[in-house]
Amino acid sequence: MSKEEDIRADLTSKFSYLEGKIIIPRPKRIFLELSPDNLAPVLSYAVEKLEFPHLCTITGLDEQDKLSFIYHLAQDRGILLNIKISVSRDNPVLKTITPYFPGAEIYERELVDLFGAKVVGLPEGNRYPLTDDWPAGQFPLRKDWKPDTQADKKESNHA
Amino acid sequence: MHNSNEFKIPLGPQHPALKEPESFSVALKGEKIMGVDIRLGYNHRGIEKACEERTYIQDMYLIERICGICSHSHSTCFIQAVEEIAGLEVPKRALYIRTLIAELERIHSHLLWLGVAGHEIGFDTLLMYAWRDREIVMDMLAELTGNRVNYGINTIGGVRRNITREQAEKVLGGIKTLEERTKYYIEVATEEVTIRKRLSGVGVLSYEDALRLDAVGPTARASNVNRDVRRDDHYAAYGDIRFEVVTDMHNDVYGRTIVRVKELMESYQIIRQVLQKMPDGPISIKAPRQIPAGEALSRYEAPRGEDVHYVKSNGTEKPERVKVRAPTLANIQAVKHMLADRYLADMPIVIAAIDPCFSCTDRLVTIEYPNKRKNEVISWQALHSYSIEWHRSRGIDFRALNKKFSERIKG
Repeated sequence: MSKEEDIRADLTSKFSYLEGKIIIPRPKRIFLELSPDNLAPVLSYAVEKLEFPHLCTITGLDEQDKLSFIYHLAQDRGILLNIKISVSRDNPVLKTITPYFPGAEIYERELVDLFGAKVVGLPEGNRYPLTDDWPAGQFPLRKDWKPDTQADKKESNHA
Repeated sequence: MHNSNEFKIPLGPQHPALKEPESFSVALKGEKIMGVDIRLGYNHRGIEKACEERTYIQDMYLIERICGICSHSHSTCFIQAVEEIAGLEVPKRALYIRTLIAELERIHSHLLWLGVAGHEIGFDTLLMYAWRDREIVMDMLAELTGNRVNYGINTIGGVRRNITREQAEKVLGGIKTLEERTKYYIEVATEEVTIRKRLSGVGVLSYEDALRLDAVGPTARASNVNRDVRRDDHYAAYGDIRFEVVTDMHNDVYGRTIVRVKELMESYQIIRQVLQKMPDGPISIKAPRQIPAGEALSRYEAPRGEDVHYVKSNGTEKPERVKVRAPTLANIQAVKHMLADRYLADMPIVIAAIDPCFSCTDRLVTIEYPNKRKNEVISWQALHSYSIEWHRSRGIDFRALNKKFSERIKG
């Protein structure tokens, strides 16, 4: 068995709900989806037992009816574990992963600014990457946000 | 962070040491830095959003313009993801050409950094030397791609320009000169007392902290983190190439300098192997305009470290989502850590030592004659000779020095 398949077998034996949910599209890439409540145990298992010490980044996705977030973890041998969770669009609450990856802070701030995610447990700090006077409730990477409508709104505000 | 003995000094967004806007709010007690508050985002241009509204080919050109230095890094990282989703088998020769440009870009970037580092510590002779040598690699890139920066060599499914035997010979000649000069820089970096004293113990990042804060590239490798995407998750032609991943145990700016100059030597070796092993054959295959639905994550070892692109497609001509994580973002949190408890005077070199990105210039000069209708475009060669003559007529003559230098290389 390849290393990727070992990891799949290891994860499914430890977490039965991952049965059939782990996809290996090509060597060195593993994708899986789980519910937000199960993220913490799987992350800590991946970091401590499966030797995934490095967080590449977190990708946010607007999938119309929900918001999804993918945590890209890497092993030193080059295998990537992509863990996807989805939350409701109206109340996109997720827990910070900074206890496992302190470097995740800036990636989580990005999700807050660009997708309107509410990250519970994220330490106080400057916002990133939008300006301090950016209007509240405007999340540019959501699909329904269009730059033109934004300019129109600003104009009407001034008028 | 605030108490009566502390002063807060804002540095930036227009920063005296950096050519890009970033804002640092530094809490000081005397000369000591008690804490740093970093505010980023002044350069946020909404490129990810813009990518969703353009075709894959347009995105490739847009993404190439994320950075003025690692332009090839970003465009390659992006199209690798697109090619993976589309299931395209890129011809081997194209992969080798991509690798060649990638290493030339690394040389250009590391030499640029060496000059900037010299400048930040008041060693401007090093800046002049390194940037003069950098012109050799800039000329090679211009010869191979037509551009000094934003090379436009990539296309989805391959590369746009082939390279001839004569061009390969020229590259090998240039590499030979650069290798000699790099040996000299290694000597300077390791034996020159002022450099060692100025850089040692400055901007310390321990091995544990480099891992904890997810540092990447030379910044991480100088803290003995043995990671390099070229070896660990190989792409382009790196699977066929033998090279060493340079690491160092100094954990400071001195170590980061050593890693970069030694990486230059590895790049020369990689280029020689690439030119030697490059197979004949086509340089691109036709790519579909519409990319089938799917997702892929691509990684690339840019000069500054791991570059990550995530692409999700939906079966149309435009991507559903493009996510870019450039290496500087991964390293900026380590900077905060490096600065704590250090002296204010160390700030420029510590920040410069992660090699944050800034842009490069164009080379075309148009001469406008006020009384003539016709304008004249001066060639690079003519401009070069003009500048040498201009200095010579004012008593600055480098001929003797250049002669000495070339003798040294031969000897």
